[in-house]
Amino acid sequence: MLNYALRRLLWSAATLLVMSLLVFAGVYAIGNPVDLLINPQADQAEIARATALLGLDQPLWRQYWMFFRGALGGDLGISFAASVPAITLILERMPATLELALTAMLIAVMLGIPLGLLAGLRPKSWLARLIMTLSTFGLALPTFWVGLMLIMVFSVQLGWLPTTGRGATIDVFGIPLSIFTIDGLRHLLLPATTLALFKLALLIRLTRAGTQDAMLQDYVRFARAKGLSESAVLRSHVLPNILIPIVTVAGLELGSLIAFAIVTETVFAWPGMGKLLIDSINVLDRPVIVAYLLATVCLFILINLLVDLLYALLDPRVQAGDAR
Amino acid sequence: MTTAVAPVNVLATQYGRDRIALIAFWFLAMLLFAAAAAPWIAPQNPYDLAQLDILDAKLAPGAQSSTGLNYWLGTDDQGRDMLSAILYGLRISLGVGIASTALALGLGLIAGLVAARAGGWVDGLIMRIVDLQLSFPAILVALILLALTGQGIDRIILALVVVQWAYYARTVRAAALVEFRKEYIEAAVCMGVAELRILLRHVLPNVLPPVMVVATVQIAQAIALEATLSFLGLGLPITEPSLGLLIANGYAHLLSGKYWISFFPGIALLVTIVAINLVGDRLRDLLNPRLQ
Repeated sequence: MLNYALRRLLWSAATLLVMSLLVFAGVYAIGNPVDLLINPQADQAEIARATALLGLDQPLWRQYWMFFRGALGGDLGISFAASVPAITLILERMPATLELALTAMLIAVMLGIPLGLLAGLRPKSWLARLIMTLSTFGLALPTFWVGLMLIMVFSVQLGWLPTTGRGATIDVFGIPLSIFTIDGLRHLLLPATTLALFKLALLIRLTRAGTQDAMLQDYVRFARAKGLSESAVLRSHVLPNILIPIVTVAGLELGSLIAFAIVTETVFAWPGMGKLLIDSINVLDRPVIVAYLLATVCLFILINLLVDLLYALLDPRVQAGDAR
Repeated sequence: MTTAVAPVNVLATQYGRDRIALIAFWFLAMLLFAAAAAPWIAPQNPYDLAQLDILDAKLAPGAQSSTGLNYWLGTDDQGRDMLSAILYGLRISLGVGIASTALALGLGLIAGLVAARAGGWVDGLIMRIVDLQLSFPAILVALILLALTGQGIDRIILALVVVQWAYYARTVRAAALVEFRKEYIEAAVCMGVAELRILLRHVLPNVLPPVMVVATVQIAQAIALEATLSFLGLGLPITEPSLGLLIANGYAHLLSGKYWISFFPGIALLVTIVAINLVGDRLRDLLNPRLQ
């Protein structure tokens, strides 16, 4: 296990290094870095001073080294628009995004696994067909359009829920969260549902396929032959077996939820880092874009690493397969 | 697994046994025709400003214009007939989806075949790039590329190719490795058939069908991704409005109850994606020997 963990850690570090090179190449080397990194309103003298200060007259490898050293220390430049360190802006917005993504994942798991089980146990029933049809649409519906339609129905027509924003928050260990206030929950419901739909449809399919597969296995037949009740077979034989891949996929999909939160946050004006990214792209606030990228890359690498390690812990075959 | 593909007419008969898939197929054919023929069948050219009447702006579905034209799906804030706008938008969405998927498929085929044939460090390098790219969500990669390169139909096709090729490269490599181990390849090598000929005439035809089926479903993904990027304002410019951009235009009017500007383009997008998915799923089931 230790061996596997070390190798996996090394791959993460390599990924981070390559991504930092790519981000560097993308932002610093394409086009004139002066245009990208220095406030366009600066005058000639200021540009010359900043060029020297940023080391843009240095060879490229030295520039990368400077960028890399800065990034290690959390120094990713100052936002043009807000005049504060870019990384500070990102870190301020990160809790809102994580709250949204985790709530969406919770909704997807809490509904997806039971519905998938239902559809997998009686695949021919009308209920299973209904669930599968809905999941087909769930996979096909464009996230942003679902968000708009939910706003139209529940906010504009019915007036039950607020259209945009985050609502009242309460500080928990200094981090503002919406889930502990009624107003916050009302604001969270629509964006989290929108974000959850795709993953919900995916989890239904995964659980159904896993259930159908498991029900045909010998261990289920044996458990039934032993005289266990159907619910006991389900609880102690089917569920533990199908949950391993499902939990893994749910973990890996968390990364894509954070990425897709960009869309949901834009639709619902949810003040997370995804909306910050879009706003920054619109005003060409490059340091914030770089900070967002590196923060997200770190988050993804961390999630992938944790899920892989967890999976290896749950399923010993993974380590064996990797060691060949 | 044998990849010998049944003749087309046998496949067509089998395909038709699934009623829903058959409906989806004809529906998709209709959508493709409507998109291709948009300039001839649309009631107006939505981007010819001379044909638009600003007095007809934001009319509800079914309203009539001063010239007697019926706006079956209403008009947008510039008096543009939504039905015409959707037909033109569908043309762009489908075009971008099909073009980017075809290009990504080509690139993935080359990369996958090269990796499978070359082996060693070339294989290792290509597959590490694939791993790296697939560990990040497509939308994030595409968004960043567009943020760096700017808007435009060529840029968005490039971005969609970049996010899709790795997927095909991995699938093609796996399929090609299976083929390389088979005896007919060994026989061809022994007969002294040129290597490129083996690759193109023997391996490629066997690898292609399953990958093409994957590509069918990928077109739907590409269309959805393009719509999302355009909605965020990073995809296509306002002069080439795809369905995603039409929906974005309607966003501002949604809160005042004028739902149709966003609603109908969304429905068009939805049925297109569902139709492509149903056809792709059916083809995949038919070509998967394990399910027969």
